[in-house]
Amino acid sequence: MITITNAVVRYPGARVNALDGASFVAQPGSITAVVGPNGSGKSTVVRALIGQVALASGSARVGAFDVATADRRAMARTLAVVTQREEPTFPLAARDYVMLGRYPHHGAWSALGPADAAVAEAAAVRAGASELMDRRTDELSGGEWQRVRLARALAQGGDVLVLDEPGTFLDVAHEMAAFGLLEELAREGRTILLVSHQLNLVARFAAHIVLLHHGHVAAAGTPADVMRGDVLEPVYDWPLVVARDPAVGAPVLIPLKRR
Amino acid sequence: MTSARWLLLFAVLAVAGAAGLAIGPVSIGVVDVVRALAGSGDAQSVAIVRDLRLARVCLAMIAGAVLGMSGAALQGTLRNALAEPYLLGVSGGAAMGAVLAVVAGLTAAVALPVAAFGGAASAVALVLVIARVTSGRADPRVLLMAGVVVGAFANAAIMVLLAGAGEGTVRNALWWMMGSVAGAEWVTIRWLAFYALVAGTLLVAVARDIDLLALGEDAAAGLGVRVSSATRRIFLLSALLAAVTVAGAGLVGFVGLVVPAIARAFGIRRARELLLASAVLGAALVVGADVVARTVRAPAELPLGAVTALVGVPFFLVRLRRAA
Repeated sequence: MITITNAVVRYPGARVNALDGASFVAQPGSITAVVGPNGSGKSTVVRALIGQVALASGSARVGAFDVATADRRAMARTLAVVTQREEPTFPLAARDYVMLGRYPHHGAWSALGPADAAVAEAAAVRAGASELMDRRTDELSGGEWQRVRLARALAQGGDVLVLDEPGTFLDVAHEMAAFGLLEELAREGRTILLVSHQLNLVARFAAHIVLLHHGHVAAAGTPADVMRGDVLEPVYDWPLVVARDPAVGAPVLIPLKRR
Repeated sequence: MTSARWLLLFAVLAVAGAAGLAIGPVSIGVVDVVRALAGSGDAQSVAIVRDLRLARVCLAMIAGAVLGMSGAALQGTLRNALAEPYLLGVSGGAAMGAVLAVVAGLTAAVALPVAAFGGAASAVALVLVIARVTSGRADPRVLLMAGVVVGAFANAAIMVLLAGAGEGTVRNALWWMMGSVAGAEWVTIRWLAFYALVAGTLLVAVARDIDLLALGEDAAAGLGVRVSSATRRIFLLSALLAAVTVAGAGLVGFVGLVVPAIARAFGIRRARELLLASAVLGAALVVGADVVARTVRAPAELPLGAVTALVGVPFFLVRLRRAA
């Protein structure tokens, strides 16, 4: 479970707060999506969860950990994050990269063993990346790299998963497969938090949507609660209509041409 | 990394070490070198091998090992394949300290190394303070830029100091700046070896952080690294390691840049293995360079720093071509 309570973040030199009293909860067993326009504070939520920005006030909790005081390595055994962008400085074999997910389970002098390799292999199978394990990270396509990164996150073995724009670089088939996998992982009892621009996609998979605007929660609830023209239009400052997806009946956002 | 490759690395080091003991103005056969090391050869061989060359080889090995490790740690942590200890203000600071000592006429044997270390440590501290003040954290880009700027400032100060100095002083200072293991003293070597072992062990202990930092700050943070403090700690350890080498052997350039690249071209990726391989390769490179430095124009000696570059660059290019 992720619990953000009255979180306030201000970057040095900024005139406004990046997070301005945001509160929401991501429950285990389902997908929670954080959406919002550019600059609404979505990525700051992720950076706050991994301790890369400190909260000026409020709190962020992951399971039993308070992010402000938790031992980072212990927390990385519960929380795994797939950030928006990541590029290894020195390319390495995908298998070795996935094994990095086991580092939080070891101290400086304990060696990674066959048990870690087995966990990494299972994670790769789960993420649909097992046939990529012998490739080098710089030889992978965008979609392949995304799957390998998901495998690394799964190898961390925690039950809380945070993904920043997981659909980036994925074609339609891989995107649907990835979201289907996240849905499955959630059903097994994990907490899945997605940060995404793609409202239509998250509306199909997320049980709970949190709409951020200027660093605070403008609306939160089921897709039906949030995916409404009167809720979204003022936040995005753009004329919108919401239709129904003919196949599954999920709400679909259609931005209009401004007249 | 297979054990055959490790064996190859250590074989390279052994060959370099043997060459360092056997080759010189007076050539001594390998059998006689072994006998001399045991103290049972003729008196002249024993004196040359044990009193002169062994010290040189040891100092060269330590300097090379330390610079190789320092470069390997910095390149991963700062996410830059061009990072090397001398880029980070260490060389400029050390040179300024040494030149100050020379210009001030301090001639005691310990004065130069102590002044050089003092200069290097001050430069490193200054770089860290600049990064802290400007970015509020240990930003790799700011660290690199601050290092280059502090180094440039120190070099300018050296020019000013030397502009009014006598010819002998300039020559002394220049000679030191070009690096040499000629005057190796056992007391210096023991002290360096101890320091290198402690700092090297500490670096190996944070090797996993180096692996994770090489992925980027947010990815490393997500895997449990306290990014800013880990970066600062590794930076400080690497820079101080380089500073100690500079104090003992002057500016031996290029090793920290080229050695990790060669090790990586051997297929070594994990920071812990990379640190160890860079130590072995760096030691071999500097010992080999020293052999070249004292034989090519014997009895005159070439500057060691120039030779490390002359020996290292072709090796680097060959490995680069094979890796590509």
